[in-house]
Amino acid sequence: MNTPYKNAKLHDCRDAFTATLEALAGQNSDIVAVCNDSVGSSKLGNFREQFPERLINVGIAEQNMVGVGAGLANGGKIPFVCAAAPFLTGRALEQIKADVAYSQTNVKLVGISSGMAYGELGPTHHSIEDFAWIRALPNVPVIAPADRAETAAAIRWAAQYEGGCFLRLSRVGVPDLLPDDHVFELGKANMLRDGHDVTLIANGVLTHRAMIAAALLEARGISARVLNMASVRPIDEAAIIDAAHATGAIVTCEEHTIFGGLGSAVAEVVVDHAPVPMTRLGVPGVFAHTASANTLLDDFGMAPDAIAQSAEALIGRKG
Amino acid sequence: MDSSELRRIANRIRRRDLQAVFEAGAGHIGGEMSVTDLLTALYFHTMSVDPDAPLDPHRDRLVLSKGHTALALYITLAEKGFIAKDDISSFLKHNSALNGHPNRVKVPGVETNTGPLGHGLPIGVGMAKAAQLNGDTWRTFVITGDGEMQEGSNWEAIMAAAQFKLDNLTLIIDHNRLQQGARLADTNNVAPLAPKLAAFGWAVEEIDGHDMDQICRALSPETITQGQPKCIVAHTNKGQGISFMSDNVAWHHKVPSEEQYKQAMAELEEAAQ
Repeated sequence: MNTPYKNAKLHDCRDAFTATLEALAGQNSDIVAVCNDSVGSSKLGNFREQFPERLINVGIAEQNMVGVGAGLANGGKIPFVCAAAPFLTGRALEQIKADVAYSQTNVKLVGISSGMAYGELGPTHHSIEDFAWIRALPNVPVIAPADRAETAAAIRWAAQYEGGCFLRLSRVGVPDLLPDDHVFELGKANMLRDGHDVTLIANGVLTHRAMIAAALLEARGISARVLNMASVRPIDEAAIIDAAHATGAIVTCEEHTIFGGLGSAVAEVVVDHAPVPMTRLGVPGVFAHTASANTLLDDFGMAPDAIAQSAEALIGRKG
Repeated sequence: MDSSELRRIANRIRRRDLQAVFEAGAGHIGGEMSVTDLLTALYFHTMSVDPDAPLDPHRDRLVLSKGHTALALYITLAEKGFIAKDDISSFLKHNSALNGHPNRVKVPGVETNTGPLGHGLPIGVGMAKAAQLNGDTWRTFVITGDGEMQEGSNWEAIMAAAQFKLDNLTLIIDHNRLQQGARLADTNNVAPLAPKLAAFGWAVEEIDGHDMDQICRALSPETITQGQPKCIVAHTNKGQGISFMSDNVAWHHKVPSEEQYKQAMAELEEAAQ
């Protein structure tokens, strides 16, 4: 992957997650963490040291983990249920549907190492279906922060939000994009740069790749708008419609299958309200081959150069 | 409340249940008849709940994990005053709050939306854990079916409850020996249940799930073993109280004909004398 973030310091957003959770737990004794033996991979070691009774490790048992979360919420607690995203969402999907979404419980689902963060470990450990699965459910906002500031902001938001939600975090290093004092607003996109020829919409680890692509496009005389769309459901319809009107073309980039994820969610708005040409970049409906997380993104056409090329090609299709 | 009065309430719940299933043309009457005495004892003897404050943080909790027997719960909640008795006639009707499985958002007194089996006990573990963390004394009760114990999620929760020493949690297994399509023994025979729960570190008691004195005694706080969750294996009959339904696998969710309805009601009315 290439400039201008090549030399930028990269951060593992799990650190922002746990530091924020620990700070919030220090202020509110009702905040608890629930995990499936994932103290290490969820980076909950410090939390356990500070609040040993409030780290509820159910062992390797994801269905029980989500149910326990729902029960803790019934008992007045604010549970952050943390596990590797593929197992949290895949194994416990019915618990998420019945016990969290349908029962409207105050359970914060935190999917760690989402997308293809586990790279070479293979598709069993990839979570590239979770946007589709969870956004199909009522009552559970779906959020994929782009950097450590947005991760911290989303965790602060989740702690005070009355209801369940799904926070999709990665472990793949990303540069800082948003200001330290960023405030997360559910259902609101952030315009990271304005432009008038095309709009790039991304979230999670793809946002900084979209920013690099926009810089590459600028060098070729193309003005690209970049929307960071952490909130997949509810989605910022106004920002999408405005982008369609202002730029006339939209490229979506996601660490997810192109079936049912961010691109699909954006396309639903575009089709209903402002039809313009679109290209949906993501995993094209296959199980990934063996490669690291970043290499997989490159291989699936989401290297910044490739994003820029897709944008250029799309501009050629504008009416 | 003495056990003869509890039996009267249970009989009244069974008659209303039979009528509602007959009128709605649907329901899970077999399992409703088997669980009725357990629900009656919980709501009218054991549990501290207030229909005027259904979300009191210190209330005892009941999770009816075998959610398909929601009608028996609705009628029990109506008897207790959580919902109006007239509401029962809306069971399964268009836009009714009372659908085939309980909904906490629509029905006061329901703690969580059950229906898919194997969900209630994990939630009960979370509830009991919350009370344990707070040092609160309220108790959590979960009722599962015996066939439901074939769901693996229950055993995840059973392990966690023992690990967490949740002696404020009571699991009641409605052990009527029948599941939807056949006898438990002919399907996936998870019985005997008591030694399995004991092996997982639970305090276990086996009772006649239709003997009100035995039910009340097993539910009383004096029988709790400190540091251990409790399982009551309640030996019951599917279709209890109605001769042609009792222990008959055909009556999982069959609806009685008018003739059968009259006979069943006559038997329940006679038992009420």
